[in-house]
Amino acid sequence: MTGKQESKSTRTIAVDLVARVEGEGALRVTVKDGTVQDVELKIFEPPRFFEAFLQGRHYSEVPDIVARICGICPVAYQMSAVHALEQIFGLQVDGALRDLRRLIYCGEWIESHALHVYLLQAPDFLGYDSGIAMAKDHPAVVTRGLRLKKAGNAIMTLLGGRSVHPVSVKVGGFSRVPLKRELEALKADLLWARDAAIETVRWVADFDYPDFMPDYTYVALRRPDEYPFNEGQVAVSSGLQISANEFEQHFTEHQVAYSNALHCTLHGSSYLVGPLARLNLNYEHLTPLAKQVLADRRLSLPLRNPFHGIIARSVEILYALEESLRLIERYEPPPVSALPVVVRPGIGMACTEAPRGILYHLYRIDGDGVIREAKIVPPTSQNQSRIEQDLRLFMPRLLHLPDQEVALACERVIRCYDPCISCATHFLNLDITREGAA
Amino acid sequence: MKKDSPHSSAIRIIGLGNDMRGDDAVGLVAARRIRQAIGNHAQVIEAEMAGVDLIELMKGAHSVMLIDAARSGQAPGTIHRLDASASPIGAQIFPRSSHAFGTIDALELARAMGVLPATVIVYGVEVDNTDAGQPLSPLVATALDEVVARIVQDCEAHHA
Repeated sequence: MTGKQESKSTRTIAVDLVARVEGEGALRVTVKDGTVQDVELKIFEPPRFFEAFLQGRHYSEVPDIVARICGICPVAYQMSAVHALEQIFGLQVDGALRDLRRLIYCGEWIESHALHVYLLQAPDFLGYDSGIAMAKDHPAVVTRGLRLKKAGNAIMTLLGGRSVHPVSVKVGGFSRVPLKRELEALKADLLWARDAAIETVRWVADFDYPDFMPDYTYVALRRPDEYPFNEGQVAVSSGLQISANEFEQHFTEHQVAYSNALHCTLHGSSYLVGPLARLNLNYEHLTPLAKQVLADRRLSLPLRNPFHGIIARSVEILYALEESLRLIERYEPPPVSALPVVVRPGIGMACTEAPRGILYHLYRIDGDGVIREAKIVPPTSQNQSRIEQDLRLFMPRLLHLPDQEVALACERVIRCYDPCISCATHFLNLDITREGAA
Repeated sequence: MKKDSPHSSAIRIIGLGNDMRGDDAVGLVAARRIRQAIGNHAQVIEAEMAGVDLIELMKGAHSVMLIDAARSGQAPGTIHRLDASASPIGAQIFPRSSHAFGTIDALELARAMGVLPATVIVYGVEVDNTDAGQPLSPLVATALDEVVARIVQDCEAHHA
């Protein structure tokens, strides 16, 4: 919805919602004499409320509480939490338990990415104003997307106990682990989904993309042996590589005047987290099939266009399905569903790869296992400065357009980052103020 | 997601919301209370923030009743009863959930794809406080009693 206020020297456009981002927020753009002066993305952050809410709670309650921060990426919140807490207790979860954590994370990526690719972003490339409008003309495509998402849901439901807020993840492992045959029962659907994921990559690779290639600093977890989910060093495209314990020495949160959210920067500069960053920094760990599908479409890395995020997401769906099948194939139930915990006081930090990028958690607990401090830096807060910068770069090519079209184009840029604004904002209003000559 | 075992009941009741966000839990609490009150007379699902998965949860049902938190600016505790069966219901009554693909979007996607159940009734309860960790506020708790009573009555009438 667009509203407009006009005066002699300024023009303000208000768009109440940026549709099809996960939640809502507000964007203010100031244009003076035909030049973009300022871009401000306002967000509100439920994780901040949860940080306070977690204080005084027992560590064992944390996975269940943080799962409720976000209905889209509850596993990410649980995983960053349990890894940070396990660091305090000196626990290393390995073997089948580690595989199961990777598997449930695959389920979340498949579910989250399929929703974004098919229902939130594809309509932008196919000329529809919503996934609902697209479904009327392309029911088979949307049905494929929903079935792909369902394959991810099925993994989360089996391992997490339910698909929306998994309840079985705990410090040390799981409250219950699946039987081999329960996992094998997923295989037929996952095999179908793998083929559908190949079709998805081919489908999105053929979209028309704007020519837009900002100079990014990418940040993602990296390990020598695998595509990252739960573990790895925080790697920067410039070459810096650090552990999660050093995160706050390099990445700093800033208060900005126009928003109650904190912006996170790397040595004072913006950076990009999420599928595009992960893919560019971890290409060598893709499966041969995923590499082949990319090569068939003549896509070579690094992908530098933010609109190509939909391609990166689709490739990650394919990767997550292949990885799920691999993990299921080699699964043997672990001897215990969770490692025993010996509580001790301390401070622990962890980064894991949420569907939208690195999610940092820090916990400080006392000798009774009670949380004394909690800190959560969600991926959307980290991408926020980058989104603003990209809007600044993209805006000049839009200024000749009527305000409403500018607003819609800005929405399309914002959607590239799949901002999980449930983690980061509630209401996205868009104001464009034009001062001087329009 | 807690789900009763499937049976031949024609009505499916789905409560939506977030247990940790104050009044946003009203749909979930209503579903629990309805399950206690009517046992096997209907299938009851606590769906939390189902988003597009609502389509899957409605699958196969002839008649669905949804209970969700609403925010249209009316007094907290106000109860909306909307029939989504034949035409879209006002998105202005429900907050775009903390997830852009919210209840209203899921219903309209189901309609677009031709998989919307024949009857879909949506109960919305106007929320007051949705801060993390808060209990239901008094006006919403009172409205909850009424919503539960009305749905139980609907189910009993259906079975009479």
